[in-house]
Amino acid sequence: MTAIAGHGASVHIERCGKTFADGTQALAPANLDIISGETLVLLGPSGCGKTTMLRIIAGLEQPDIGGRVLFDDADMTSVPIEQRNVGMVFQSYALFPNMSVADNIGYGLKIRGVDAKARAARIAEMVALTNIGGLEDRRIDQLSGGQRQRVALARAVAIRPRVLLLDEPLTALDASLRDRLRGELNRLLRSLGITAIYVTHDQAEAMELGDRIVVMRKGAIAQIGTPREVYFAPQSRFVAEFVGAANIVEGAVSGGLLLLPGGRLALSAATDVAAAVAMIRPETIRIVGEGDASLTGTIESVSFIGDKQRIVVTGASDKPLAVDAPNTIAVGAGERVGLSVAPEAVRLLPKED
Amino acid sequence: MSHRTFIWICLLPLAVVTAAFFLLPMAQLVVVGTSGPRGVSAYLAILTEPRYRATLINTVVLAAATTIATLVIATIAGLFLQRHRFPGRAVLIAMLTFPLAFPGVVVGFLIILLAGRQGLIGAISNTLTGEKIVFAYSIFGLFLGYLYFSIPRVILTIMAAVQKLDVGLEEAARSLGASPWAVQRDVVLPALGPAFVASGAIAFATAMGAFGTAFTLATNIDVLPMLIYTEFTLAANFSISAALSIGLGVIAWAILALARSFSGGTVAAAG
Repeated sequence: MTAIAGHGASVHIERCGKTFADGTQALAPANLDIISGETLVLLGPSGCGKTTMLRIIAGLEQPDIGGRVLFDDADMTSVPIEQRNVGMVFQSYALFPNMSVADNIGYGLKIRGVDAKARAARIAEMVALTNIGGLEDRRIDQLSGGQRQRVALARAVAIRPRVLLLDEPLTALDASLRDRLRGELNRLLRSLGITAIYVTHDQAEAMELGDRIVVMRKGAIAQIGTPREVYFAPQSRFVAEFVGAANIVEGAVSGGLLLLPGGRLALSAATDVAAAVAMIRPETIRIVGEGDASLTGTIESVSFIGDKQRIVVTGASDKPLAVDAPNTIAVGAGERVGLSVAPEAVRLLPKED
Repeated sequence: MSHRTFIWICLLPLAVVTAAFFLLPMAQLVVVGTSGPRGVSAYLAILTEPRYRATLINTVVLAAATTIATLVIATIAGLFLQRHRFPGRAVLIAMLTFPLAFPGVVVGFLIILLAGRQGLIGAISNTLTGEKIVFAYSIFGLFLGYLYFSIPRVILTIMAAVQKLDVGLEEAARSLGASPWAVQRDVVLPALGPAFVASGAIAFATAMGAFGTAFTLATNIDVLPMLIYTEFTLAANFSISAALSIGLGVIAWAILALARSFSGGTVAAAG
C-alpha cells in the first residue's frame, strides 16, 4: 500500500507551560517527547491541562515564554497552525455545515491547491478507509454521531498530516457506539503508522489506544508509561486511583510485611516504615478459606456483574476492600474469608498530602 | 369545556384585535385604492406611471444599498466586538445601539447637523478647501441616516449569531491550512448566512418604509413613503396613495421572500 498517511513526525515539547491572562496556570512547564509513529494518550480529569497541551502542540495556543515545540528537528513554536500540517479531530467534530461530506473531507486539499481529480481520488480513499461509502453527497446535519466522527477523522487524515491530534473524539457518542469506534480507531491508527496524540478522560480508551499514556493532574504530568506500566506500577496514589480500580490501604511496614487491621501481607521489597500507603488492584486479591491466609475479613456484600463478581470485604484493612472474584465461587454476605495477594501485587506508594 | 375550546377562547382577543385594527383597515385600503378615476388600474400606476416608477426604483435601490452597507459594517464590527474584550467595550456597544432610541426625525436632524448647510462637514471642508460640502438633503444624506438606524438593528443580531458560532469550526479550518481570509470566506460568513438574511430583511423593510428621516431631509429626492404622504395630504389623492401603500407593502414583502428563498439552502444547511 502506498503511504496512506504522510511520514509521522516526532514531537518534542520543551518546557512548555501555559499561564492565562488572568494568572491561572493551566499547564506547568513540561517536557514531553513523542516518538514518530506512536499513539500517545494524554489522560486526566477535566482541568488537568491535557487539552492545553494538545492545543500548544497544534499551534492553537502559544506556550509561555521559554517553551518550545519541535516537529522532528524543526522549531514550530512560532509557526501558526495553518502551516504546521497537523490533522485535528475535535470533540464537537466541527464539520462545516455549509459543505457536503465529500467537500468537508476535501477541504484541506482544496486549500492546498490540489486539483479536482487528485482531490476526488484522495476523498475516495478516505471514504473507503473510514467506511462511509454512500454518504459523500450528504449534508452534515443528515449524519448520525458515529458518521460525523468518521467524517471528521477522514477530513483530518486526508491532508497527510505530520501529526494527528484527537481531542476527546469519542466522548460525544453513546457507550456501545463508543466501544465499537474505539476498536476501529485503534486499527486505523495502527495501520496508518501516523504520529497521533489523543486526549481523553476515559482510562479504558487510553489503555486500548495508547502506545504510551501520559497521566496528567492539575496542570502537571503525573506519570508517563505504557498502559501496563501505568496500570501495574503507578507512581502515585492519584495515578493508581485514576487508572483502573484500586484499593488504597494504609499500615505499618515491618520485616517485609504490611501490617493491616485484619492481618498482614507479604511485600516483594520494602524497608520498615511506621505508616505506608499501598495499592492493591481488586482482581489481584483471591478469596480463600479463613485458615489459609494471613489476612482475613468479613464479606459485606457480593454483586454479581456477569463476567465477575465484585465482593466488598470489611475488617481486613482500614477501609473496605474491593475484590474482583471469579463468577463461579459461592460466597455470601457475613461470611468470614481469607484474602491472598501475591507480594508483587501489593505496591507501596509515596505518601501524599 | 374541552381543551380545544379553551384554546379557541384564549385566541379570541387576538382574533378581534387582528380583525379590527389590521384586517379591516387593510381591506378598506384595498377598496379605497380602486375608488379613484383609474379604478383597479391604480394598482399598476406604481409601475406604469414614470414618476411613481422612478420613485419606486429610487426607494428599492436606496433600501438595498443601505442593507448591504449595513451588513458589511455590522458584520465586521459585530465579529470584532464579540471576539474581543477591551476596556470600554460595553460603553461602545451601548453607543452603537443608542440610535434605536431615536425617532427618524431626530436622525434626520443629526444628519443635517453633520452634513447640512450649517453642518460640521461643510464647515471643515470650507476651511480646508474653500468649498462647502453639503449632502444632507441628497440621497447620500438619506443613505447615511438609514445606515445610522439600521446598524444597531443588525449588529445585535450578528453578535448573537457570532456568539453561537462554534469556535471549533474556525480552528478546524485553520488546522486544514486555511488562511484567515479563507476561514472567513469558507466558514464564518456561510455560518452567519441565516443571521444576514434575518437582520438584512429587517434593515431592508425599515429602509423601504422609513418616513421620519426622509420627511426631515428629502427636499431633493423622492422615496415611496414621501410620495404617499404628498399624494395623501397635498393632492388629497386618496385612491392613489392607498394603491401606492399596498404596492409598497407588496414589493417589500416580495423582495424579502425572494431573498429568503435564495438563501434557503444556506439557512437549512447551517441549522
